[in-house]
Amino acid sequence: MVLTQFLVLGALLFSIGVYGLLSRRNAVTVLLAVELMLAAVNINLIAFEAFWNTAAAHGQIFAIFVITIAAAEVGIGLAIILLVFRNRASGNIDQLDLMRW
Amino acid sequence: MTFSEWIAEPVNWAFLAMAIPMVIAALRVVTSRNVVHAALFLVLALAASAGLFILLSAEFVAWVLVLVYIGAVVVLFLFGIMITRAPIGRETNLSHDTRWPAAVAALGVFAVTFWLINAVATQMGGFGDPLPAVGRATATGILGEGFINRYLIPFEAVGFVLLAALIGGITLARKDLTPAEEEEGARV
Repeated sequence: MVLTQFLVLGALLFSIGVYGLLSRRNAVTVLLAVELMLAAVNINLIAFEAFWNTAAAHGQIFAIFVITIAAAEVGIGLAIILLVFRNRASGNIDQLDLMRW
Repeated sequence: MTFSEWIAEPVNWAFLAMAIPMVIAALRVVTSRNVVHAALFLVLALAASAGLFILLSAEFVAWVLVLVYIGAVVVLFLFGIMITRAPIGRETNLSHDTRWPAAVAALGVFAVTFWLINAVATQMGGFGDPLPAVGRATATGILGEGFINRYLIPFEAVGFVLLAALIGGITLARKDLTPAEEEEGARV
């Protein structure tokens, strides 16, 4: 196994996440796309860790930080979506145009 | 390393066996017309990435991924889907009607990243060498020492972020009672 194959896979996964982030209308599915992008970042971190092979495994520690922050982000994101749904009876982000000029 | 040399290594078959379903599952996450299916395809993609982590000798991170993501985050997603009554079942308006700008942006991101990987690989070299850490499991104790020595302050900060997210999530999602309802609750 070489480093490049993991980097290309990460890039592919991140691009798919970007596509989902921009093309989705339902707020929950937008969050799912964000999770894909974070997974791509994790693959990069772990692959570079295997490449540099540091004694203290810095890359793996950062991957665990990313996973933790992603969990917090999903919790808050879903709470916000829930609140939006309660106020506007819709989970579609293109209907959240209250602050649009 | 040529492609024929690369494909001759059995470990790369394992890589492909996980990477190809992962990419397909990721594509289904962003194109599926059913929200629940999208969330379940995310499980497949994340499970494949946990498998890749094991290939890269990061066992602890792989199991954290399984526990936190597949065990907690996806369940949270499914709860969110059910609570917001996001259309369960086939639904056509889950995505925007014009999707080509998003596809162009995604292709642009991929092209730039791919170009960068190539540029850095030619400049630095060694990207085509076998990965040194493969086959040598990382002791979890090393990660623990990292967390309580060098990364102590980020560790505490992440703990604080989790606490803030917990309180924030409860505060956002709880239903505020009207004064009349509150009085009624107090009487009962």
